[in-house]
Amino acid sequence: MLTKRIIPCLDIKNGRTVKGINFVDLKDAGDPVELAAAYAREGADELVFLDISATEERRKTLAELVLKVAEKVNIPFTVGGGISSVEDVDILLQNGADKISINSSAVKNPDLINKLADKFGSQCVVVAIDAKQVNGKWKVHLVGGKVPTDIDLFEWAAEVEQRGAGEILFTSMDHDGTKDGFANEALSRLSVSLNIPIIASGGAGNIDHFADTFTTGKADAALAASVFHFKEIGIHELKSSLKAKGIPVRI
Amino acid sequence: MKLVIINYGAGNIQSIKFAFERLGYTAVLSDDPDEIAAADKVIFPGVGAAGSAMEKLKASALHTLIPELTQPVLGICLGMQLMCNYSEEGNTQGLSIFDVPVRRFNQGQKVPQIGWNNIEQLSSPLFKGIEEGSYIYMVHSYYVPLCEQTIARSEYGPVYSAALRKDNFYGVQFHPEKSSEVGENILKNFLAL
Repeated sequence: MLTKRIIPCLDIKNGRTVKGINFVDLKDAGDPVELAAAYAREGADELVFLDISATEERRKTLAELVLKVAEKVNIPFTVGGGISSVEDVDILLQNGADKISINSSAVKNPDLINKLADKFGSQCVVVAIDAKQVNGKWKVHLVGGKVPTDIDLFEWAAEVEQRGAGEILFTSMDHDGTKDGFANEALSRLSVSLNIPIIASGGAGNIDHFADTFTTGKADAALAASVFHFKEIGIHELKSSLKAKGIPVRI
Repeated sequence: MKLVIINYGAGNIQSIKFAFERLGYTAVLSDDPDEIAAADKVIFPGVGAAGSAMEKLKASALHTLIPELTQPVLGICLGMQLMCNYSEEGNTQGLSIFDVPVRRFNQGQKVPQIGWNNIEQLSSPLFKGIEEGSYIYMVHSYYVPLCEQTIARSEYGPVYSAALRKDNFYGVQFHPEKSSEVGENILKNFLAL
């Protein structure tokens, strides 16, 4: 039986992980490769690396990082952040990334989704969507949620599926950072109306939140950052608890 | 041991090469028919669409070489699907090593299947020491139905072939190079064939 996936997300700046990371058993908690390998050992199902650097060398640094991760890590990983062309994707996949994630560049240039799906296959194209509710309607936001648009979340999600996206990573800006649970109502609507996997992001605070997003939210995977980095929730503990609740997970 | 990964421009080859390096083996990437034919073990990877991958094989004349190989060959994901006789993906004629067609998932399940699923009824030295029900990583929209050559099965809507074997030819639908320790043990078993 296909299991629900638990995905730690690592923010990368200039080749190093950022945001306070509290991994006491690591020699260098800023080293993305070491952190990734530690998560893989703990039972993470996949990893997402989100590059937030703003330097001109970002492409080269990111490609080098992907190669190092692919060398050491024996589970799949997705790379996102600032990817805007077929060439960008080609280099990252050649260096060993399993999937890439695009966000603002897909909104600005929706045809990029078709091009990537045609050239590399839908299975490696993740479209990340950041959205929040404006007057009760879910609206897509760009640039890490800072720039609002008038685009409806559900219409955009249907369009990215139709254009060839293999997965949607949906982050609710209303829930992100609250530790109050995922946006299960919107997630469930996405999951039921679309025929591609949905990754839930934003709002993880405790184990029950993960259970809820898989049951009520009907998510196929759940992504979180700080609860894992600060060891508030251990991956193994989380998966054991989900399994005890009857949710299929890989242990 | 000379281990060759067929490099025909369709696959996450780097990851497979690294997986073997973690096991202590150096794999050579090659599209040279002589080098492939001379290898002790051959890996036939593949990611992307069946039609364009088959065109690339034909462009390097590998479509005639692969079925004639006599050493152990392991097809991975699309590689395995191309070893079948036909794929619904782009109505593509395959290498006809495995006598079974490739179908698209169409029973209302989400497509592609992405994630960790379990493999059962393991019946081959490829799975020596691998427990029934072990989890492996799958990413695919098309599947191989059960057939005489099935050596492992999985379920996603239909029960389907997670692995195939005919003589020296092996195929796995999943990605052993991304399937943690279970995948590494399967690759070790392949090297020991």
